[in-house]
Amino acid sequence: MVNLHEKAREIRKGILRTVYTQKQGHIGGPLSAADVLAVLYFDKMAVKPEEPEWTERDRFVLSKGHSAIALYVTLALKGYFEYDELYTFDALHSRLQAHPDMTKLPGIDMSTGSLGQGISAGVGMALAAKLQKKDYKTYVMLGDGESQEGQVWEAAAVAARYNLSNLAVIVDNNGLQQYGWKEADSSERQTPDVRFEEKWKAFGWKVLTVDGHQLDEIAEALDAVNDKENKQPVAIIAQTVKGKGISFMEGQYEWHSKVPTESEFNKAMKELGEVMP
Amino acid sequence: MSLTTKSMRDAFGKQLTEMTLQDPSIVALDGDLGNSTRLAFVENENQDAFLQMGIAEQNMVGVAAGLATCGIKPWVCSFAAFITRRTFDQLVVSVDQPHLNVKLVGAYSGLLTSNTGKTHHSFEDITLMASLPNMVVLSPGDAQETVRMMQAAGKYEGPVYIRLSRDENLEFLPGSEEPFEIGKAKWLNSGKKIACVSTGAMSPRVYKAIIELKAEGMSLTHVHFPTIKPLDRETVIKLAESHEHLVTVEEHFVRNGFGSLVNEVTSATCPVQTTRIGIQNQYSQCGKNDELLDYHGLSTGKLKMKLAELFEGR
Repeated sequence: MVNLHEKAREIRKGILRTVYTQKQGHIGGPLSAADVLAVLYFDKMAVKPEEPEWTERDRFVLSKGHSAIALYVTLALKGYFEYDELYTFDALHSRLQAHPDMTKLPGIDMSTGSLGQGISAGVGMALAAKLQKKDYKTYVMLGDGESQEGQVWEAAAVAARYNLSNLAVIVDNNGLQQYGWKEADSSERQTPDVRFEEKWKAFGWKVLTVDGHQLDEIAEALDAVNDKENKQPVAIIAQTVKGKGISFMEGQYEWHSKVPTESEFNKAMKELGEVMP
Repeated sequence: MSLTTKSMRDAFGKQLTEMTLQDPSIVALDGDLGNSTRLAFVENENQDAFLQMGIAEQNMVGVAAGLATCGIKPWVCSFAAFITRRTFDQLVVSVDQPHLNVKLVGAYSGLLTSNTGKTHHSFEDITLMASLPNMVVLSPGDAQETVRMMQAAGKYEGPVYIRLSRDENLEFLPGSEEPFEIGKAKWLNSGKKIACVSTGAMSPRVYKAIIELKAEGMSLTHVHFPTIKPLDRETVIKLAESHEHLVTVEEHFVRNGFGSLVNEVTSATCPVQTTRIGIQNQYSQCGKNDELLDYHGLSTGKLKMKLAELFEGR
């Protein structure tokens, strides 16, 4: 039995190590996505790291492609490639591009990076499974900021029209984006409340809201794609905290993409239970 | 196979239907224009292969990309303006960069958009599509060539853009029923001094003008370029070396269009004086096909006048 808590913690450590070592990359968004990725890759998804192109595999699309580092760490931990390759992240000729590139790294089901596009590809994959009468599921992770892109809702409408019950979209609803809107009475910045539940419901989706850092809640919600009675695509609104797991990064939009200093890195790793040398 | 229709869109609809019946992995994606583009033929004959994506082109292109990653062969069709201009970032990031096997069909390209005016004209699609490193850009000259081209595109693994015309009465070009080879220009007439190179639905009009000029004692070379990318460089260089003057003809902006691509080759290899005929630096308007073509100097009559003028050095 895989210890999912441990996996999630390892994903967080890997994100920090990579961004700290490479001195670049996003950090807040990847940390908010870590728990969902742990559940997907270490509990739910049928994949074969030794055979990344296995045609029956479940698909995953990181529509919020700037959280690539979280996916790379997850894939490394899953055994798709050597852990040390993480330290090539963002470097010239690396397979680990700033945003996921399916032409370079086996295990990436779709290239993403320009927001709003991955979900459409996910709809295509789920539609392909229906056309080919295959059982694989498709999972798409969307950002809440990303949901400002109109294409997201074009995709949502078509997925419902084709009853893609084999598709789950997980909205990493961390409430922050790169810059966002200034609050009227303070210096705080955030993504406005967008009433995701109502929106996805109105678009014809089955909607489940979970604490995006509670592994059992995430796992239970993801089971909806295996429910034979369900005829709707599944939207899981994962209420998350940007920078989750590191006290001084949580809820701080500045940590969207910022490299920790040595003392910040040490402090962060300590919070994740790492015994520093 | 001989074809009776001279309508490019009818030929397209029929051919795609046949292809879906022969290969169940081929599907057609419609952006709610199937009755205009003739993608409706697929739905009528093979409903399972027809996917209505609604009026949402950006998503349609992304869905096609996702289908392609799973081994489905999507043919996506909308008006040229919408499937290129409106979806350009999606084409770059979701189709061309990952080199996915998506066929994109731009119907109603250029000026002939059934009297819908400037919003529906596409004078930028060659520019946009030819700028994509992995994209093959095709522009058939008639209905027969459309069929042959689709067969070739279907066998090619990777993204392809096919630019169709909504001209219901394009005369067949000589040899257009022969198997199509991507990247090969077609020599239609041999003459001297001036070599006229044309693409797409302009080719039958240019062909007619050149035949008429021949009867009047003016013999010009004419080569049809149904493949815009990869361009047949060898033929372009050969023409530049053996003629005093090149004339390019396209139903598209002359700036950064087919003529510019021809000049990209000649400027680096064999600089030659070139006259680019097409849409100049302006948007167009409503009007009947013949009126619009004439207004922009693209009718057979206007082309003939211009070519005669250039031939006689007036």
